[in-house]
Amino acid sequence: MRRIVVVGASAAGLAAAETLRREGYDGTLTLVGDEPLAPYDRPPLSKQLLSGEWRPEKLDLRTADDLAALDLDLRLGVAAIGLRLAERTVRLADGSTVPYDGLIIATGVRPRRLPSEGAHVLRTLDDALTLRDRLGPGRRLVIVGAGFLGAEAAAVGRQLGCEVTLLEPAPVPLAHAVGTDVGEMLTRAHLERGVNLRCGVTVAAVTEDGVRLADGELVEADEVLVAIGSMPNTEWLDGSGLSVGDGVVCDQYCEAARNVYAAGDVARWYNPLFGTSMRIEHRTNAAEQGMAAARNLLNSEARKPFSPVPYFWSDQYDMKIQAFGYLRGHDEVAVVEGDLAERRFVVAYRTGDRVSGALAVGMPPKAIRQWRQAIATGASWAEAVRPAVPAES
Amino acid sequence: MKVELEADKCVASGQCVLVAMDVFDQDDDGIAILLKQEIGDDLLDDVKEAVAVCPAAAIRLVEQ
Ligand SMILES: Cc1cc2nc3c(=O)[nH]c(=O)nc-3n(C[C@H](O)[C@H](O)[C@H](O)COP(=O)(O)OP(=O)(O)OC[C@H]3O[C@@H](n4cnc5c(N)ncnc54)[C@H](O)[C@@H]3O)c2cc1C
Ligand code: SF4
Repeated sequence: MRRIVVVGASAAGLAAAETLRREGYDGTLTLVGDEPLAPYDRPPLSKQLLSGEWRPEKLDLRTADDLAALDLDLRLGVAAIGLRLAERTVRLADGSTVPYDGLIIATGVRPRRLPSEGAHVLRTLDDALTLRDRLGPGRRLVIVGAGFLGAEAAAVGRQLGCEVTLLEPAPVPLAHAVGTDVGEMLTRAHLERGVNLRCGVTVAAVTEDGVRLADGELVEADEVLVAIGSMPNTEWLDGSGLSVGDGVVCDQYCEAARNVYAAGDVARWYNPLFGTSMRIEHRTNAAEQGMAAARNLLNSEARKPFSPVPYFWSDQYDMKIQAFGYLRGHDEVAVVEGDLAERRFVVAYRTGDRVSGALAVGMPPKAIRQWRQAIATGASWAEAVRPAVPAES
Repeated sequence: MKVELEADKCVASGQCVLVAMDVFDQDDDGIAILLKQEIGDDLLDDVKEAVAVCPAAAIRLVEQ
């Protein structure tokens, strides 16, 4: 293999590029990114960058020297607009065509939007800097969507002295993701800090003065942030013949077609550990999957299934939330250590008869590690959890 | 080689400990601690792996 192209110059793409070099690949390595910036990190965008605690440079994923050492054919500020599998070429927006022997797709996701003018979204450094400049004491910030992103922005908004309103269609924020009890516990933290939370409301549109609800009510705002989830960046693959359905569809090796791999937020792959296909929008997964895809591309004879325990963290006020595993569609949640009310606890998630996930707040690492281990080994609920909590009748 | 840790960036994920237990540990808040600052060839691959998986880009390897 002499020519490898990585499309998407962020966490997953960078991890793939670095891994290729670390594994001894010394051919041409093209890294394409539509943002004009060198790879930077996104999680701080809704945290330290939005709060003004960190300057943008702090988000750089690598120093200029580290990047130079990778000896990349770096194409920044130019989007990939087409893929021809048969010819093994990627077409770029600047009119050039890049041939490849191996391709790694890492184009991530972009925010879902509402019919609106002037509403903020929060995905890029630019988005975050624009929003940051508009926040301050007394400013009315309305956030549509109380998922992790919306909740983090709400926390920062309060910290900056904004009046914050969180609008959420579900009855309990995050209940579908983490369960009702944990959702309620997180909600209480926001209420205590003075966030105005309104659940069960549907937003029709964003207007000049704020947000128009489905029943006609206007919720006034100076700034509106829409945080209602995201969509995989796969349009450039239309007509390529790759299977695309809520992400680039891959097998357990992260392969989408011969010598074409996908990684990070854009990849939907089969995770053998959970026996299901999934697409994970977590920072650690972007790096791990970028590495796995690169290794499998280079070592086609000795490929390894990518079967990680997904990991996610979120910072809200003084809480650090850490979640392991695959919580979606769980059947049961049980407190296995600590106490929800004290905001020091581990809860475990059951899917079928297995421990499928765990979520911790305020616990030391050692307490958490054992649960990660239980998920990684596919421990049964009966063995791992029942001894810890009295059986319910 | 020397390992550098920017502790204020660390998000307490524990990924570094999973891949390089001889070099990293975590304090009670989960923030990474360096057990060794200078490492030999035997640990180099592990630390490179930790640099690669750290979700906060908080770890760096520098040549001395
Ligand atoms: C505000 C915010 C806070 C977050 N907080 C957390 C957190 O606390 N914990 C956590 O685990 N995760 C968090 N995440 C998620 C995490 O940042 C993502 O999972 C991670 O960035 C995914 O990396 P990626 O490389 O797969 O995709 P991305 O970071 O989306 O990168 C894809 C890149 O490809 C580019 N691209 C897209 N289309 C094209 C094209 N056609 N041609 C060329 N380039 C293209 C994009 O512009 C982008 O630069 C957060 C995300 C955001 C936005
Ligand atoms: S991997 Fe990085 S973020 Fe995670 S504990 Fe180690 S240094 Fe901190």
